[in-house]
Amino acid sequence: MTKFTSRNGLSRRTLLKGAASTAIAAGSTTLGAPMVWAQNIKDVTLRQFGTGVSNLNDVADKVKEDLGFTLEMTALDTDSVTQRAATQPNSFDIADIEYFICKKVWAAGNLQAMDTSKIDNYDKIAGTFRSGLLTPESTIAQGTAPHTVGFTSGANGTDFVQEESGWMTLIPTIYNADTLGIRPDLIGRPISNWSELLNPEFKGKASILDISSIGIMDMAMVVESMGEYTYPDKGNMTKEEIDLTIGIFTEAKKNGQFRAFWKSFDESVNLMASGEVVIQSMWSPAITAVKSQGIPCVYQPLEEGYRSWGGGLGISAALSGIELDAAYEYINWYLSGWVGGYLMRQGYYSAVPETSKAFMSEDEWGFWYEGKAATGDILSPTGDKLAGAGEVRDGGAFLERMGSVVCWNSVMDENQYMVRKWNEFIAA
Amino acid sequence: MKKLRGNPVISSLLMVSPLATVLLIFLVLPIALIVIVSFWRATEFSIIPAFEFDNYAFLFGSPVTYTVFFNTFKYALITWACTLVIGFTVAYYLAFHIRTLTWQIALFLLCTIPFWTSNIIRMISWIPFLGRNGIANSTLKSWGVIDEPIEWLLFSDFAVILAFVHLYTLFMVVPIFNTMMRIDKSLIEAARDAGANGAQILWNVIIPLTKPGIMIGTIFVVTLVMGDFITVRFMSGSQSANVGRLISNDIALLQYPSASATAIVLLLTVLITIAILLRFVDIRKEL
Repeated sequence: MTKFTSRNGLSRRTLLKGAASTAIAAGSTTLGAPMVWAQNIKDVTLRQFGTGVSNLNDVADKVKEDLGFTLEMTALDTDSVTQRAATQPNSFDIADIEYFICKKVWAAGNLQAMDTSKIDNYDKIAGTFRSGLLTPESTIAQGTAPHTVGFTSGANGTDFVQEESGWMTLIPTIYNADTLGIRPDLIGRPISNWSELLNPEFKGKASILDISSIGIMDMAMVVESMGEYTYPDKGNMTKEEIDLTIGIFTEAKKNGQFRAFWKSFDESVNLMASGEVVIQSMWSPAITAVKSQGIPCVYQPLEEGYRSWGGGLGISAALSGIELDAAYEYINWYLSGWVGGYLMRQGYYSAVPETSKAFMSEDEWGFWYEGKAATGDILSPTGDKLAGAGEVRDGGAFLERMGSVVCWNSVMDENQYMVRKWNEFIAA
Repeated sequence: MKKLRGNPVISSLLMVSPLATVLLIFLVLPIALIVIVSFWRATEFSIIPAFEFDNYAFLFGSPVTYTVFFNTFKYALITWACTLVIGFTVAYYLAFHIRTLTWQIALFLLCTIPFWTSNIIRMISWIPFLGRNGIANSTLKSWGVIDEPIEWLLFSDFAVILAFVHLYTLFMVVPIFNTMMRIDKSLIEAARDAGANGAQILWNVIIPLTKPGIMIGTIFVVTLVMGDFITVRFMSGSQSANVGRLISNDIALLQYPSASATAIVLLLTVLITIAILLRFVDIRKEL
């Protein structure tokens, strides 16, 4: 209790006056803060980089509209993304990267762990990214599964932990099951195995992507499908297995099996649309892009299953203060559904499907997620028609597609050896 | 001060020092850095200072390296031969068949028009032209020359060399044209008076006198082709490789030390090639 005495020169009145002014001052700081913050955040610019698949200007425009700050996007090919994340930590604020890239670059310390308690929709994130299980009965596919590199031990962790530790390396946003793309009009018969990529029937009309971590997995799928070898773990090959895999493809290359190799998304679109290639490794939106030119193109489900990948947003270790707050706000917004809906309409899966549903029509949700026949025209996010009434998505429903995933894009223990061998394959 | 200015040694040292400094900072230092890094060790995401010969051992131990160097020389040689023939012919026509200076300049400028757009655009524009269903194939088909599209037009060594020739012929035209313009016309008249025919004049008078121009053009073309990687990547559909691509692949995969080692070997190879070329013609004397 404070005693009011005139001895120390304080009257009750002056004290009250003082207290009131302190209260006003205190009030203005607490109440005023969000206002000041709201003003400042408009000046914030976050620099995001990633592969072309999810670095979309539409997202930047929507961020400006919904959150008020500026998002600068840089789209690069997968190798350049890895390079930048590993070597130029000051050139970005947000890294939109794949989980296998995260495995490569996390130890470099250029990204900071993210507190899951600040992520509003954390509980709604798909099981694949948390426990690794799609459904409680699922088995985990080979390779660098996202949950194995998705968590770290603490705020300053540089390791990976296998349980949900509350600190995430990347906040998952997107994933999909990849397979081969084909031109059904130029092939004219059903394709149902990965081994068709090396079928001499398509000599000079096949292509594979020139990104080692992804390409080696496609190769492994083909080698297994050909019955040449069954890998104990495709996601972590021994040197002998790498030699064998790349050897088979080098021979095919020398025999003229491949028309070209592609490195960026648009190259794959051009190869397919121009008819230079009729069967190749492909990504979902590339199929969409070919189709929207009115050219038939199928993302062919194959008996052996899919090769899968997942991506997420990481925050630069250099971010702090208001920029860090803005980054968290951006990520929360990202998971709140609008972007998810946009990505789903391109044929990807949102890591938080529940929130995306609200931003899609019932027909769209049925077509893209549930594998139902479309009841009307299905449009791409840019308004091109992709499918008409009655058509069904290649590969069917979410559970059917993601349930048939047999491997994830990987970084192996022998990665450096693999990379050198890959380089030789390209140069051979 | 006056004494200082009077000293010829100091004043000449001062005069070369700006250029020397620029060369030291922008040429010698970076190359020294590349040499140093080529002995380092690399992991996935970091490079570790070290002094080891692993990068060179791997480079010289891999048969692919030799194929790739062979390819690089093959591209350089064929491109050189094509650009020389085309470049010499164009320059000869401009220098000896066009009579007025105005037309010479006008036609010369015409040659440079393609250079107003970027290198890469000029190269990529070949792709739709040469493709399986491209303009070349569909024209040949409609003329009845072929029934099936010609596959080797695009994504082949042919396409790579075609693009190189298209991109670099001007580098041959310019120096050859320049030396030809400086040939004293009375020498040709004298040769004719002495009874030489056209071919003899070309072989015994014009070619020897244009050698420095040919040599400068050769150095341009050979170094450009040997250092290129993007043309090879696009025009071969990533299927062929030269040394430049080996380096760019290494960089993309974060193998900087390995890339540096390859770069050093390439640099030495190019320097040796140029040294050999310069044995044939003493450019300094002829200029």
